[in-house]
Amino acid sequence: MPLLTLRAAIEQFVPDGCCAALEGFTHLIPFAAGHEIIRQGKRDLALVRMTPDLVYDQMIGMGCASRLTFSWGGNPGVGSLHRLRDAVEHGWPAPLALDEHTHAGMAAAYSAGAARLPFGVLRGYIGTDLARENPRIRSVTCPYTGEQLATVPAINPDVTILHAQRADREGNVVLHGIVGAQREAALAASALVVTVEEIVERFPPMMNAILLPHWVVSAVVHCPRGAYPAYAQGYYARDNAFYTRWDAIARDRTGFLAWMREHVLTPSAA
Amino acid sequence: MNGAPGDAPGDAPRDGGWTRDEMMTIAASRLLWNGCVCFVGIGLPSAACNLARLTHAPDLVLIYESGTLGTKPDVLPLSIGDGELADTAACVIPLPEVFAWYLQAGRVDVGFLGAAQIDRYGNLNSTVIGAYDQPTTRLPGAGGATEIAAHARRTFVMLKASPRSFVTRLDFRTSAGYFEGRGNRGASGARGGGPRAVITDFGVLVPDPHSEELTLDALFPGATVAEARSLVGWPLAVGATVRGIDGPRADELATLRALQERTRAAHSADHSRG
Repeated sequence: MPLLTLRAAIEQFVPDGCCAALEGFTHLIPFAAGHEIIRQGKRDLALVRMTPDLVYDQMIGMGCASRLTFSWGGNPGVGSLHRLRDAVEHGWPAPLALDEHTHAGMAAAYSAGAARLPFGVLRGYIGTDLARENPRIRSVTCPYTGEQLATVPAINPDVTILHAQRADREGNVVLHGIVGAQREAALAASALVVTVEEIVERFPPMMNAILLPHWVVSAVVHCPRGAYPAYAQGYYARDNAFYTRWDAIARDRTGFLAWMREHVLTPSAA
Repeated sequence: MNGAPGDAPGDAPRDGGWTRDEMMTIAASRLLWNGCVCFVGIGLPSAACNLARLTHAPDLVLIYESGTLGTKPDVLPLSIGDGELADTAACVIPLPEVFAWYLQAGRVDVGFLGAAQIDRYGNLNSTVIGAYDQPTTRLPGAGGATEIAAHARRTFVMLKASPRSFVTRLDFRTSAGYFEGRGNRGASGARGGGPRAVITDFGVLVPDPHSEELTLDALFPGATVAEARSLVGWPLAVGATVRGIDGPRADELATLRALQERTRAAHSADHSRG
């Protein structure tokens, strides 16, 4: 397991046109990695995330994505993701193809991907027009009961990127708090990059605490505050005031681009 | 689902010194019973559930879809996954387990839902206004709502009323209520009971036992049948007897306002530097 710089990890594992999942459900969102993807000018990415959040709003607004697989695309508790909306409603800065699901459907798709099964199955998508708009949502007849069940194709990203609290020198990763579908997204991917708050020599024996053993981790990046303005339980809190301010920053294209230039693109921000 | 309770334009205090948002929150909290297992969304539902927990239902079990079970937040979360929810939870589990092993497995008594549009059978739209491929307004989408609507034993919908939100025809059906009514839902495979109450600005609608059409059941103090009809985009059915809902009690108002004051203070804190 190599310990890489953020720049090297993104150069190596996120080629143009790849399918990338930056997961983390509100907690431990890999913002720093998303910003490095923007700085490297990646294009034509097929992005996957249950909740696109501000990190994908920024990547979509900067033209990194051509496709989005998701299940809830808002600014939590605040309102819209204006850059996502602009891409869907007006094709700016580029058209964005949607592969839209529900949370339960995405969870099933990641779980199937982690198990290397072709599809996930659930009692889901009942009575929703989503199944009409997304031809990838289908159904299967249970061979035991005859019940019709919904299916979703497995999600197998080329690369999943996570942020975690700690890794050791061997590359074992621990994270705690809200864990979302991170384990499933990690094990569904061909490559797994983890940015961490802290690297320790070795973990004391903890039985259930290591979530991702070193031999499934492709690269670790030491990246303190790498989830900000989301949060890392035990390290720093979610900057709810910033999430609220983002609504005005992202509302128009000019203001958004100016903010990205100042805070993400300039060398001092890197 | 967006915005803090109490901040809506025109939501001025009424004669009794309370706002309609406060009345909606309090009316919803009264529908919850001690010990019930409640799947909570952000916004008014989160306020209503925590108000119930802090007043008449101390053993209410709150589940947020981020995987926090039995959580007892001191302040209302801004997002569905704030650290406050994990810090105060009985346990934190992976998200796929929340949906598969708790919600789908039928372990949720009450699911709360919001939406941009509702129709007369309680079907909900939170996906798009306009056509799906070329929407005039792209909304956040389903999130957990579709499966909450299908699997919770009952759902309560909280939604402010206007002819734009209470519509004859949804632009998109994100979550199922009673479909076209008259038992349609039963054939769909949805195992949960569907919407048992819609809590809105003027009062509460409940489904008619036969047609399953939403019917005016109860009015808040100061609200009238004429006002209700003017805010609903279809010809609103009115129950044979429309109950009057008691206004907020002093302890309910005080508890709710203290909770919101703590929440405002917490969310304006500066976390931009470590």
